[in-house]
Amino acid sequence: MQNNGNSKATDRAQTEPTVVRWLLISVALVFIALFLMLPLAAVFIQAFDKGLSVYLDALKEPDTLSSIKLTLITAAVTVPLNLFFGVTAAWAIAKFTFPGKNLLITFIDLPFSVSPVISGLIYVLIFGLQGWIGPWLQDHDIKIVFAVPGIILATIFVTFPFVVRELIPLMEAQGKEEEEAALVLGATGLQTFFRVTLPNIKWGIIYGVILCNARAMGEFGAVSVVSGHIRGMTNTVPLHVEILYNEYNYTAAFAVASLLAFLALITLAIKTIAEWKVRQQLENN
Amino acid sequence: MKLFKRQNNVLPGFGITLGFTIFYLSAIVLIPLSALVFRTMGLTWGEFISTVTAPRVMASYKVTFGAAIIAAGINAIFGVLVAWVLVRYRFPGRKIVDALVDLPFALPTAVAGITLATIYSSNGWVGRYLEPFGIKVAFTPLGITLAMTFIGLPFVVRTVQPVIEEIEVELEEAAACLGASRWQTLSRVIFPVLLPSILTGFALSFARGVGEYGSIIFIAGNMPMVSEITPLLIITKLEQFDYRGATAIACVMLLTSFLMLMVVNLLQKWSRRYAE
Repeated sequence: MQNNGNSKATDRAQTEPTVVRWLLISVALVFIALFLMLPLAAVFIQAFDKGLSVYLDALKEPDTLSSIKLTLITAAVTVPLNLFFGVTAAWAIAKFTFPGKNLLITFIDLPFSVSPVISGLIYVLIFGLQGWIGPWLQDHDIKIVFAVPGIILATIFVTFPFVVRELIPLMEAQGKEEEEAALVLGATGLQTFFRVTLPNIKWGIIYGVILCNARAMGEFGAVSVVSGHIRGMTNTVPLHVEILYNEYNYTAAFAVASLLAFLALITLAIKTIAEWKVRQQLENN
Repeated sequence: MKLFKRQNNVLPGFGITLGFTIFYLSAIVLIPLSALVFRTMGLTWGEFISTVTAPRVMASYKVTFGAAIIAAGINAIFGVLVAWVLVRYRFPGRKIVDALVDLPFALPTAVAGITLATIYSSNGWVGRYLEPFGIKVAFTPLGITLAMTFIGLPFVVRTVQPVIEEIEVELEEAAACLGASRWQTLSRVIFPVLLPSILTGFALSFARGVGEYGSIIFIAGNMPMVSEITPLLIITKLEQFDYRGATAIACVMLLTSFLMLMVVNLLQKWSRRYAE
């Protein structure tokens, strides 16, 4: 990867003059600083603008606390479901060959290429009052859209591919010799999975789960369509940020937003470690 | 089913895992998405066309697609630069910058939206220095482009970066031995190898920008005909209980993303041409 040229001649052939190199590095760093670091810093600086006590008061507000609770519930339902699906689907796709596999992978990827607004809209079209089964649901007093189940459904949709997309290439690269050996030695299918496959894909799972969780807690567009925006009831943390911001309550908006920014930083840290571990594991194979 | 059983594979659980995969995929993704298509088919062709080509809708396409193309272009240039610098050069803080590139993936869009709007408003950190030059970013189409650039950057960097990592040193050595200057090597040897991945990154960044909602609405100003993006228009129609209008426009957007998906797949096939 790195070009440590042995002589000056190869250096000149494989890299740019020092001046050009530092110029390119500077331009890239200025761009990153302006576009990525500045917004990140701004979140925290705005949040603590009026001091720590104002910051803490904003977080202790009942509506904020209930939005945090709803976001945690949403993630607690979404992530395990998509994790279970991810492992199951990756097993079928990576360890077996069957016709239509590529089509299946394309379908699994769909939620990534659909606008978040559409991800919410489709559930309104099914469960909403003018939707397919909306009238039936109303007769039986079941609320899905503009209530918590709708929020969870939309979140499952937008985070659908995260775990499985990470696991398929990893499990394909690892092949199935180890599992076959375990089976030949008399292990049952589940034993094979838990003792052979799972340790091998552990970091891939962590990577997928952490990204799935970040998106589940941070999703805005899709959730906004199905939420109904009832304060203290159907507002997740990102939706609560929007409400505070639109009420010109900037310090509180940024205080709540700083929680999400903090989550993003933790996500990036764990993701970087997991990525490194996965790379290491693949190289060891 | 015979087709499936013919494989000589001793691993268990194929039927049940594939069965569950197809069930879950249908319940969460395929059936809900087909609801959108069926709902649109409930409209007559004339109704559909007049809804999706109404002046306000056309104006929103122009704003959305225009801003997304410019943002993807900016990302294509700076994304390649960032990827190149991260792979080829060593400097302090490189690992942190590398990790930070994914910030737009990890930072919730609403947070990005309110932050960009605050920084680039006329009295914000950056906005106040642009104001004297008559450049207004927040609450104009320029703001939309800015937000789309922010969320689209990782797509270009992360598609181009692995390709740069895999370029074989011998390729550059050969070019240099044959008398090529560094610039010639870059433009005639390296660039053609990178091109498919740059275009893939461009397409991914464009597709993300077109569908984006959360980070844009705070900075866009949302004026009909001027700075109103298509996803917002869908929500506006929905809030007015104009389900037909919302569905028809959403269907157009869905078709666009399918088209982009196909383009990306073709580009990836093209880029694998070099790998083989």
